[in-house]
Amino acid sequence: METTHTIVETTLTINGESVTRRIPVRQNLVDFLREEMGLTGTHIGCEHGVCGACTVRVDGKIVRGCLMLAVQAEGRHVETIEGLSDSGELADLQDAFHKRNALQCGFCTPGMLLTVQDLATRNPHATREQIREHISGNYCRCTGYQAIVDAVETVLVARQNKS
Amino acid sequence: MSAPYIGQSIPRANAKRLLQGRGAYTDDLRVARLAHVVFFRSPHAHARIVKLDLANARAMPGVIAAIDGATLEQYCKPWVAVLGHLKGIKSATQHAMAIDCACWQGEAVAAIVAQTRAQAEDALEAVEAEWKPLPAVTDMEASLAGAPIIHPEFSDNICFTREFATENVDEAFAKADLVVEETYDFGRHTGVTLEGRAILADYNAAEHTLTVHQSTQAPHMMQDIFSRHLDIPEGNVRVIAKDVGGSFGIKVHVYADEMATAALAVMLKRPVKFMADRMESFLSDIHAREHKIKLRLACTKAGEILAFDLDDLTGIGPYSVYPRTSGIEGNQVVNLTGGPYKHQQYRAKLNVVFTNKNVTCQYRAVGHPIAVAITEAIIDLAANKLGMDPAEFRRRNLVPDDAYPHTSASGMKMEKLSHHQCLDKLLKLMNYDALRAEQSELRKRGVYRGIGLAAMIEVTNPSPAFYGVGGARISSQDGATLRLEPTGMVTCLVSVTEQGQGTEAIFAQIAADAVGVSVDRVRVITGDTGITPYGGGTWASRGAGIGGEAVLQSGKVLRSNILDVAGAILQSSREMLDLRDNNVIDVRTGDVKMSLTELGRVAYFRPDTLPMDFQSELMVTRHYTPRGYGFAFTNGIQASLVEVDIDTGFVKLLKHWCVEDCGTVINPQLVDEQIRGGIVQGIGGAMTEHCLYSDDGQLLNGTMADYLVPMAGEMPDMIVAHVVTPTKTSELGAKGAGEAGTAGAPGAVMNAINDALLPFNARVTAQPFTPERVLRALGKV
Repeated sequence: METTHTIVETTLTINGESVTRRIPVRQNLVDFLREEMGLTGTHIGCEHGVCGACTVRVDGKIVRGCLMLAVQAEGRHVETIEGLSDSGELADLQDAFHKRNALQCGFCTPGMLLTVQDLATRNPHATREQIREHISGNYCRCTGYQAIVDAVETVLVARQNKS
Repeated sequence: MSAPYIGQSIPRANAKRLLQGRGAYTDDLRVARLAHVVFFRSPHAHARIVKLDLANARAMPGVIAAIDGATLEQYCKPWVAVLGHLKGIKSATQHAMAIDCACWQGEAVAAIVAQTRAQAEDALEAVEAEWKPLPAVTDMEASLAGAPIIHPEFSDNICFTREFATENVDEAFAKADLVVEETYDFGRHTGVTLEGRAILADYNAAEHTLTVHQSTQAPHMMQDIFSRHLDIPEGNVRVIAKDVGGSFGIKVHVYADEMATAALAVMLKRPVKFMADRMESFLSDIHAREHKIKLRLACTKAGEILAFDLDDLTGIGPYSVYPRTSGIEGNQVVNLTGGPYKHQQYRAKLNVVFTNKNVTCQYRAVGHPIAVAITEAIIDLAANKLGMDPAEFRRRNLVPDDAYPHTSASGMKMEKLSHHQCLDKLLKLMNYDALRAEQSELRKRGVYRGIGLAAMIEVTNPSPAFYGVGGARISSQDGATLRLEPTGMVTCLVSVTEQGQGTEAIFAQIAADAVGVSVDRVRVITGDTGITPYGGGTWASRGAGIGGEAVLQSGKVLRSNILDVAGAILQSSREMLDLRDNNVIDVRTGDVKMSLTELGRVAYFRPDTLPMDFQSELMVTRHYTPRGYGFAFTNGIQASLVEVDIDTGFVKLLKHWCVEDCGTVINPQLVDEQIRGGIVQGIGGAMTEHCLYSDDGQLLNGTMADYLVPMAGEMPDMIVAHVVTPTKTSELGAKGAGEAGTAGAPGAVMNAINDALLPFNARVTAQPFTPERVLRALGKV
């Protein structure tokens, strides 16, 4: 009989690396990434899908790592802040956040970066209001959000000028 | 980027690791033999433990130990949170885990330790407990009235009372042309640090040493606490706070479950970790700000304030919180109400009472958001009654900028504030007159906008008068050690901690200027009692002003010592030499005589080439304690522009302004972002954040979906500007800025909403200002 303690061998790709592990079916993706893979850049803020701190990318879409089971990632491509930092995909955003001090304690920042990169991909001409709307599922308790909106706006304009 | 660095918006070096997810928050650490603890918490607000059977839990897979409060008491001494200078304050004995009786829903009564957290949580469900519910006291007024008594050892539910009066309050009210009175309610809210409370305690039985990795603002305070309550010599306790995911005052207190975690590590002789989940955070992180206040103001027809009369009632939960006590918030309300104004008559009464809700204690801006909101609200009410513009009313009453030093009616001594400069700057910045004209035009079209002002004073850089004189072993002094490395780099160890404010960044800027090196040559280390000087940590807007001064003084001595070495190497009079841009230079010509890299090489590796009687000293420690004034008061003023939908009661925040005077600004961008973040936290409390309890003491909204923190889409852009009045009590001249935004924002928003409602003769006075409360004020529901 399958229970929450059932363990399933799962193969997935994490930041481009194929990984096979025996995973308890009840384990959340974010717990798996942090506890089993040591990818502690993805944070746990609420464990009920509200705060956005555990945001990761699965097959190109951003998801809450606390609302997805790790075994559901079978055969999928999972990307985390570590992988997206090393690939350079977020470099201009990270630079803009740094210069504008769009982070303080930094706990929300990895999730926030993935969410704004998602916006930048889908709506490269987003207005300030649209930026605010898009990141409203990612809580930041430190900045008051304005610096984040400023940094994202700067990057969107710069990317447009580049392209 | 070149020197001087003080005054420049240099990005924080330590933010880079956080941007790549390469920080080290407590839960990120990996430790061998780690055990995980979870707590069995009382489901009742007040109940006697009839039975607590842990046998089945103990038998669950992976469980290492299941422990009750009585067993744990053998490893952790209980505490009573009182302070000598809060005369008459009392509290009950609090244990790491409750033993016979739980006094709030969420109080831990048993601990389950297991190999994994999931196993520990599974075992929680096997705990068998029987409770005898006792009457829960949840209403402050009922608590004050005294029935039922929460702690049987006391004859009432009063934790602390204070009465204060100047000599002629009654005369002032008797001769007033206008007396206004209003009652204000403040709902409980909490800090909601995105990283929950976290502690990993590692006990080494062979050495009798305890190493604690903790998400805390005050490592040395916690070192002292662990030492005394777990009976381990202070020198054997090391507290390390690496990255901290938000604190805001939440992480400066002693939490029973964190003490229990450390005690379990000692008991089990292995590392034990506790990581509060979000539900636990809502139930057990300190709450703040539950107050009901009646305030009266007396003034003349000409708009001169004569006196304030305050009656504050606050409910703090069942225990005063250790070691800072829960008397401070109310005490601050008494100290600060009316603070920006020049009246000299004031009467205040404070009652701090126990209730069966979660404990309350110091959260960002402690007392200020309340004192500012009530003062500014009643001032607007008086101005309205007199038909006077609120800005003009304030102008007539703010303490003149040339009237310092000034002592407020409540007895607060202020060195030098700039209320009028700030007011003038604010009105210009926001284009006040134009906004008023626009408001008036829009009203004709049925659009109801409001403009709210809130002047404020703020306690920063506290001296030992805040806690130390009351007997708390909390340092108001901080220290900095600066060391020149052989390569010419400077390592800077400071006792103030970093939670994202940018503390380390500004210390690097100060150190670079003080020593004469480029800022990229400075590496700052904080948050480790094993390596930094002793100090207080981060709270009460003290990091820049106190820690910064210690860095400055330490850096000046290091520079001098480096020049001694340079003189010895170059066989030159040291008066002819100086340090600039990582080089020793000739002061007359500016010519480079040698690099610091070369100086470091000689000093460390070829001291044999120096004169026989010369010994270099390239590591220097200096401390700084604020004295002279109890606090370095700062001041500022905020303004809010809102639009109220009178059909739905929704308030749209259109814009917010703040002009603030924190003295010397070390890094303008970091100061502005502290203020912006603080404003939004203040707005959260004013608009949405509320810990709602049922009458029997059940927290009704302890999830992030139900407890509403500000989201990006609802927050306004904020314009921040400064007036600069450095404190003369230190060479650096910096005062605090971290709490200013939170202090003033609720008052400004409250006044803006009430200004919008003015045509309807409606007012809201209970925070948070929900749509329902706005509609009730309008008589629509």
